[in-house]
Amino acid sequence: MTGAEAAAEAMRQIEPGVVPVYPITPQTPIVENFALAQAVGKVKTEIITAESEHSVMSAAIGAAAAGTRTMTATSSAGLALMYEILGVASGMRLPIVMNVANRAISAPLNIHCDHSDTIGVRDSGWIQIFCETAQEVYDSTVLAVKLAEHAEVLLPVMVNQDGFITSHLLENTEILPDAAVKSFVGDYRYPYSLFSQDKAVTLGALMLPDSLFETKVAQAEAMQKAGEVYGKVAGELEKITQRKQPKFELFQVDKNTEAVIVTMSSAAGTAKAVAKRLAKKGQKVGVIKIKLFRPFPREELAAVLQNLPDRQAGITKVAVLDRAFSFGSGPALYSEIVQTLHQAKANNNVQSYIFGIGGRDLREVDVKQVYSELLGNNLSQETKYLNLNQ
Amino acid sequence: MYFATIAYLMKVKILPGGVITDGGNSISNKTGLWASRHAEVDQSKCIKCHTCVAFCPEGCIDIESDGKNVKVNADFCKGCMVCAVECPASAITMKVK
Repeated sequence: MTGAEAAAEAMRQIEPGVVPVYPITPQTPIVENFALAQAVGKVKTEIITAESEHSVMSAAIGAAAAGTRTMTATSSAGLALMYEILGVASGMRLPIVMNVANRAISAPLNIHCDHSDTIGVRDSGWIQIFCETAQEVYDSTVLAVKLAEHAEVLLPVMVNQDGFITSHLLENTEILPDAAVKSFVGDYRYPYSLFSQDKAVTLGALMLPDSLFETKVAQAEAMQKAGEVYGKVAGELEKITQRKQPKFELFQVDKNTEAVIVTMSSAAGTAKAVAKRLAKKGQKVGVIKIKLFRPFPREELAAVLQNLPDRQAGITKVAVLDRAFSFGSGPALYSEIVQTLHQAKANNNVQSYIFGIGGRDLREVDVKQVYSELLGNNLSQETKYLNLNQ
Repeated sequence: MYFATIAYLMKVKILPGGVITDGGNSISNKTGLWASRHAEVDQSKCIKCHTCVAFCPEGCIDIESDGKNVKVNADFCKGCMVCAVECPASAITMKVK
């Protein structure tokens, strides 16, 4: 199935109480497929067709606070329009799960994949998972529900897939039995309800300089905790899927690796295919795929990077491939990796690359170019661009 | 008054997202601390019409037990001056704290 179908199938099995929707390419097949399941009576979910994404997220907040599991999906401009309400969802600690098919932010108008939408809302307080394949989309969507609703987390989750590349391409995907998913996610576990008369609550009240700071610190701590809980929930899911759900994946990375590419989502697949082929020719190259971007698994990754060869022993060079700009500074994933290396007190040389903007292909030759530039010590402090017409 | 609010907040555990589960806490949260001045009634000019009681947006002007005199609760008066403007006897003035 496609990545969009995988997301919709997971949603069908989870059967949330409310799904507010607004169509936007390339996310549309997610809500289309889910709406079809609802139309033929496979789920009893209340679908709210809102008039904009701002309303979608507002409705999602109302539903989640009222006491029912709530999911939705969006892309690009839709996510941007939600921006105000994304902060409300995370600030109110409502465990909403949203699939995002990543697409470029306008202007100029473009419907194809890059990560400028999700990276643009990086600091909105949502957990962010980036998926390489339809299988990962399916697994992560199921996982996200349990992670979001965990008593020590209570934060919304974005499950990201590459627009069109993952959302519209067919892949073999293993689906769990409905009962297995239902028992894995269990009942909705948000501890309060707007409709409870016995335990009446006020949600989203005013907070002034004397108390907002502490509340935000608690939110930041919950986000850190989410990293730990992710590991636990991933372990539980692995037991029923037999598939690992790591925060990041190491591919051919060990003490002998001379050049490593760090990237996210579908590009990691291309990078791994090239790295595998180069390894057969004797090159010591690897890939680190970051799956959990928020909270960023800095401690665990630092432990790995610490063990890479240092400058004296024949340094491992690191290339970070970002699919979004951070105009005026280094891109987002690059910044994370530089921070992580700093924490690991590692001295590796890091080269920043940007690729795939507006759906531009990342070709095998581009990945080969990265490895040859790393191995040839052809590095610079500036961000380089891959497959750019010059 | 400000310290009373801080002391109250230190006693209260802030729940995730600032959820409030107990009722009646607006009594403890003395919102009048924002004000730089509050209303004061000159009882000698006051004609006991209770117009101010009806107009006060905070509901913080109380009728005393004699059923005639009014008293401003400075813990909650924000100093908006609505009462002073509406008083037909011009008996209310704003007192700087």
